[in-house]
Amino acid sequence: MGNRAIAEIQFADYIFPAFDQIVNEAAKFRYRSGNQFNCGGLTIRAPYGAVGHGGHYHSQSPEAFFCHVPGIKVVIPRNPQQAKGLLLSCIRDPNPVVFFEPKWLYRLAVEEVPEKDYMLPLSEAEVIREGSDITLVGWGAQLLIMEQACVEAEKDGISCELIDLKTLIPWDKETVEASVNKTGRLLVSHEAPITGGFGAEISASIVDRCFLRLEAPVARVCGLDTPFPLVFEPFYMPTKNKILDAIKSTVGY
Amino acid sequence: MAQLTRRSAKLLEPISAAVSATRHLTTSSTSPITVETSLPFTGHKIDPPSRSVETTPQELLTFFRDMALMRRMEIAADSLYKAKLIRGFCHLYDGQEAVSVGMEAAITKKDCIITAYRDHCIFLGRGGTLFETFAELMGRKDGCSKGKGGSMHFYKKDSGFYGGHGIVGAQVPLGIGLSFAQKYNKDENVTFAMYGDGAANQGQLFEALNMAALWDLPSILVCENNHYGMGTAEWRSAKSPSYFKRGDYAPGLKVDGMDALAVKQACKFAKEHALKNGPIILEMDTYRYHGHSMSDPGSTYRTRDEISGVRQERDPIERIRKLIISHDLATEKELKDTEKEVRKEVDEAIAKAKESPLPDASELFTNVHVKGFGVEAFGADRKELRAVLP
Repeated sequence: MGNRAIAEIQFADYIFPAFDQIVNEAAKFRYRSGNQFNCGGLTIRAPYGAVGHGGHYHSQSPEAFFCHVPGIKVVIPRNPQQAKGLLLSCIRDPNPVVFFEPKWLYRLAVEEVPEKDYMLPLSEAEVIREGSDITLVGWGAQLLIMEQACVEAEKDGISCELIDLKTLIPWDKETVEASVNKTGRLLVSHEAPITGGFGAEISASIVDRCFLRLEAPVARVCGLDTPFPLVFEPFYMPTKNKILDAIKSTVGY
Repeated sequence: MAQLTRRSAKLLEPISAAVSATRHLTTSSTSPITVETSLPFTGHKIDPPSRSVETTPQELLTFFRDMALMRRMEIAADSLYKAKLIRGFCHLYDGQEAVSVGMEAAITKKDCIITAYRDHCIFLGRGGTLFETFAELMGRKDGCSKGKGGSMHFYKKDSGFYGGHGIVGAQVPLGIGLSFAQKYNKDENVTFAMYGDGAANQGQLFEALNMAALWDLPSILVCENNHYGMGTAEWRSAKSPSYFKRGDYAPGLKVDGMDALAVKQACKFAKEHALKNGPIILEMDTYRYHGHSMSDPGSTYRTRDEISGVRQERDPIERIRKLIISHDLATEKELKDTEKEVRKEVDEAIAKAKESPLPDASELFTNVHVKGFGVEAFGADRKELRAVLP
C-alpha cells in the first residue's frame, strides 16, 4: 500500500523486548527473502540518553547494539532542525531505521524550524565547527557538551574541529577521515559505556585509515562501564571538563 | 466518547454492602466480625469464594491505619518530587492501598511478592519503614536499596519482597521463577506476581503462565487493574478487559480491589488454590488517583468527575472508616487522630531521611559485578583514569 510504519518506543531503555523483532525480523527480511519482501521502510523512534535525573531505565544510550546489525540504519539528530529533516529522510528511506532522539533536548532546545517539508541526507556527517589541531566526533545531545569543550580549548589556543556524525550506520567515514588527515588527532565522545561503544568502531576505522597521519592515540570520552546510576549521574557522564582534559592530553601527547 | 462514559459509569458501580454489615458490636478487639464484600467475586473456571469475610476489630483498625499511612506517604512523595528532592521517575499508589493491605492480611512474609515500578506501598506492606522509603526515594545511603535504586527499585529480601522492576511485564516471569523455587524446595509458600492492566497484554506474561500451569507452580498472578495503562484506557488497548479470564486454561477471579476485605478473602483463597492446583489470576479492580507518573497530571484522558466519583463511592480508606464507625469500633474523632498521627510519622521520617547522606561516591562502581571480579571501569580518558571495580 506504500504506507510507512512509524513505531515509537517510549524510552530507548524499553526497546529490548522488541530487540528480536528489530534485529532478526526487520533488519534481515530483505536479505533472507532475496529481496522479495521487506519491512516497508519501518522507522522506529525512541528517546534516549541522559536527562539529568532519569535513573537506570530512563537514561540509557543503546545505539551501539543496533550499530552491530547489518540491514538497519541508526540516526541521531542534534537539534530540532536536524530532527525534522533527518526524521523525514528516515521515514522515506526504504530501509528500517532506528531514530534515537536525545530526550534531554526535548525541553532544552529552542530553534526556528522551517515549516516546509525538507529532508537532510543520511550517512553524511557535518563539520559543525572547523579547526586544525584535533577532530572531535560525536552525535546527539553530546555535541552541545563537546562544543562547550571546544570553546574552552580555544581559550588555551587549541583549535578543535567538531563533527556531527548524524548517521551511525552506515557512517560517513570519509568526512571523519578527511578531518583527521588535516588535524592528526581524534577524540570520540558518547554517553553510552565506553567498552563496546560505537566510539570503538570509529577509533578502529580511523586508525586503520589514518595510521601514519595520527599524532596521538585516539581518545574516547564516554560513559563509565557501570549501569546508568541514579544519584551519581554527574560522575557517569562524559562532561565538558572530562572532554577538555582529553583534548589537552591528546594535543600535548 | 460514548464508550468512555460507559466505562466511567462501570468504574463507579455502587458499593453499599460494606456498611450494612450484620454482626453486632463486639467489645474484644480479637472477637470475629463477619462482613460481606462490596461485590460478589466472579470466577473463571473456578467456584468463587464466599462473600462473607471474617475479620476482627483489630484488623479493621490496622487496615485503616496502614492505608492512611500509605496514602499520606504517597502524597508526601508527590510534594518531595515537586520540590525536586526526589529525582528520577516516580509512580504513586494512592487509591490502590487496599490491594497491598488486603494481600498482606492473607499471607505470610514467607510468601513472595514481586511487582513493577509502583512499589512504594508494597514495600511498606512487606514491613519496610517510612525512613527507608523516603531515603531511597531521595537517593540516600539509608534507603532500602542503599540509594542506588530509587523509586522504582525497592526490595526487601528478608520478608520476601523481590522488587521493584522498571520494565513493564518483565517481573512476571521472575515471579514464576520464584514459585518454581518454592515448589522445587517444597516449602509450601506461594508467589504473588503483580502487574497492571497495561502489562496484561505483554507476551512474556503468557509464556510464563504457560510454564506455571504446565508445572503446577504455586503462582498467583495479580493484575492490578487501575483501568489505565499510562494514559491509555483499558478498552483502547485490550480486546478482552476481563483480565481474570485472560489465562484461558488457568482459573481466575475478579475482585473488588478497593475493598481490603475482598482482597484478603481472594488472596487467602488463591493461596490455598495455588498450593494444591497451580496458578490462578486475581484481577483486582482498583483505581489510581494520581497520574501514571509524576510527568502525568492524570487529567487528560479521564474526567475529573470520574476521579472524584471513585473517591466518593469506592475509596478504600473511606470504606474501612465506615465499617469501623458502623460497628462502633472507634469514633470519628479517634480515626481523625490516627490520621494526624500518621501524618506526623511521615513528616518525621522525611526529616530523618533528609539527614541521611548520599551514598559514598565509590558506590558508583560497586555491585556491577561480584566483588573481586577484577573488571576495570574507565574514566574520562581510557588511558589516564582506570579503576578495578570493587
